Amino acid sequence: MVGAGVVSPLGFGLNETADALRAGRDCITPVTRFSVESCRCKTAGQVPDAPLAASEKLQRRSERLHRVAQMMILALNEALAQNPGFQPELTVMGTTSGGMTFGEEYYRGLKAGRISTRRAASLIANYTPQKPVMDAQEAFGLSAPCQVIANACASGTNAIGHAFACVRSGRYQRVLSGGYDALSELVFVGFDSLQASTPERCRPFDRERTGLVLGEGAAILALENFDSARARGAKILGEIVGYGISTDNHHLTQPNPSGSGAREAMQGALDSAGMAASEIDYINAHGTATPFNDAAEGKAIAELFKGVPVSSTKGMMGHSLGAAGAIEGVISLLALQNQLLPPNINFRNGDAELDLNIVANNAQPGRIRTVLSNSFGFGGTNASVIIRAIEG
Amino acid sequence: MSLRIAGMGWVTPLGGGLGHVWNRLLKGDIAAVESISSPLGRDYPVFRVPAEATAQAPAHPRLRRSSAISRFAVVAGLAALEDGKLKLDAETAPRTALVFAVSNGGVVYTKRFYHEIVESGAQAASPLLFPETVFNAPASHLAAILGISGASYTLVGDGAVGVLALKMAEDLMESEALDQCLVVGAEEADWLLCDAYRKWRLLRSAPPIEPFRQPPRGMILSEGAGAVLVSRSGPVEVQKISPGTNFWKQREAGGAVGKVLSELCDGETGLVVASANGTFIDGAERDALAENCARARVYTMKPALGESVGASGLWQTICAAQALETQLTPPVSYPGTDNRERLRKAVVSVCGLNQQVAGLRLALSRPA
Repeated sequence: MVGAGVVSPLGFGLNETADALRAGRDCITPVTRFSVESCRCKTAGQVPDAPLAASEKLQRRSERLHRVAQMMILALNEALAQNPGFQPELTVMGTTSGGMTFGEEYYRGLKAGRISTRRAASLIANYTPQKPVMDAQEAFGLSAPCQVIANACASGTNAIGHAFACVRSGRYQRVLSGGYDALSELVFVGFDSLQASTPERCRPFDRERTGLVLGEGAAILALENFDSARARGAKILGEIVGYGISTDNHHLTQPNPSGSGAREAMQGALDSAGMAASEIDYINAHGTATPFNDAAEGKAIAELFKGVPVSSTKGMMGHSLGAAGAIEGVISLLALQNQLLPPNINFRNGDAELDLNIVANNAQPGRIRTVLSNSFGFGGTNASVIIRAIEG
Repeated sequence: MSLRIAGMGWVTPLGGGLGHVWNRLLKGDIAAVESISSPLGRDYPVFRVPAEATAQAPAHPRLRRSSAISRFAVVAGLAALEDGKLKLDAETAPRTALVFAVSNGGVVYTKRFYHEIVESGAQAASPLLFPETVFNAPASHLAAILGISGASYTLVGDGAVGVLALKMAEDLMESEALDQCLVVGAEEADWLLCDAYRKWRLLRSAPPIEPFRQPPRGMILSEGAGAVLVSRSGPVEVQKISPGTNFWKQREAGGAVGKVLSELCDGETGLVVASANGTFIDGAERDALAENCARARVYTMKPALGESVGASGLWQTICAAQALETQLTPPVSYPGTDNRERLRKAVVSVCGLNQQVAGLRLALSRPA
């Protein structure tokens, strides 16, 4: 990893994000973007508009650009600033809904008969899921081919993992990866209708967990072949060493309760890295706080890893779906850089069914050389990546 | 690494069955245009998949509530496996990956779900519909039906996404853990899409689609699925897949297509299966073809099958492979000047409506 950038409810950029992790900041707030009056859940992790509006990088474009494209541009700006001249040969990103709110605006305008042809055309052209990647690349004069993965909530980790595999195979030297998603009414109501989101606090792995809260954001990781990066003297932030993917065919929206899908993804990442489970120092769990996910994931973690510190950072920032894996990839990197175990906030009582070493409520110092980050999604998609610190 | 096409399947407005649709294309048949009515009082022409084309869909619980896009994908995917004589079992399934290409996705259920929210409020939104609105729902159903438990990716993009999915499959096949990859592209039609493309000034109000006509008169949407099983053996070689490029403005599309074609076209290229569909794409491809592949015949299947966006790239690839295997070509837009008796290489050019361009070159495998 030779560049990283992030925009999330935790903050703009690596420094703000690290501060929020250190403080265990709860960034979940009442939803303001649309009415949630009829929903059970009324909160989410939201990226504030003011810093987006104030960004010089965005000022000339902000009217046309979707908010999530703006987040992508700022995340990419940060990643490229660490490594000027980084020219990717390929871009692999993850998302679940791209510019969904533009689609919503279009449909509402259509139904109300109050949408100009000009605005309609703009909404349609900018609604498509790959468009934020195009916009972000255009902002920096990049034109790498784009593979945009939509593997539901695993998308971001799948993107990082596939980008890693592309570099490791030798087919590519430099690949830009990451993920993005913005809060939208359709998705918010969708999770609410499934009763997967909670009207209470999000408490990953807690015995009394009642569900997730949604979030939003974007994160970018610039990947480069290790030898190439070292040879040209690039600052190397961390190294991705393993990736595992599995498909759990149990159910469209529920993981196999045995945790088999999660276990296969994590074992696959370990195999890919040539590492033993005992070499993992911290696990950034998917940990949505839904009863089903945390039970299956927790069981799989407990079976594979004994006593490794585990936390889900979604209690602080919400579940940003396609962006989650990418943001958590950046959080994993920050854990390595700061020798910090990010906290699993809102944790009260451990689940007797899950033998886990939860980093409860407060960040803790630790000696961390390797982190495993998990993302699991609808459709039974499971992905895990392993990130290692650079020694010396 | 040599990548081959081991099996193919498609579900199209001209029906299903590899040979059946191909024969109809060779005859110059054009699918029947139906009319979709929007509740806002406008009718749109669209090419739809006839019911008989999906009659062989398995009676699997996953398909009980799924949208048409999933059924198209399952039928095409199973057909490709059958064509490739591949039976997925405990031994072969873990060595098989799935890459799914989609652009608009499950628009029928997405629209229904959001319509309920708009009309009746969040409390009326159906939890049964929401999971089917997620882009990877069709891939999930297909993976479950086939028993694929390893790598499964859904790629989103514009009309270039099918070839980008094949590129991803090529990247995945670098891994010795995989023996084959099933690449599927699918799409379903709906009035909302027609309305959107009309407002984007890309849709025409009545057939026919007239490729390469100046000025362009617009396209007609269609639906269906295409599936290509790639492996390390098979009669048609995927010689090169361009990773693609992007364009920022429509007037820049020609340059992007030219860049891709310059990587793919060589002196042996006898056929280009183009993506011209009656929009700005036509001009972009025409100029790029004239510059890079002037001697080749140029065929576009869009007048016959319509613009199926996510499925189009797979359909074009199947078409190019069929042309190589059968040494026959449907009625072409440009006859070219290549007069060699044997068609050795065919290029697929895909230019999407929203900034993505890609392409690939197929060749008949040389005898061992």
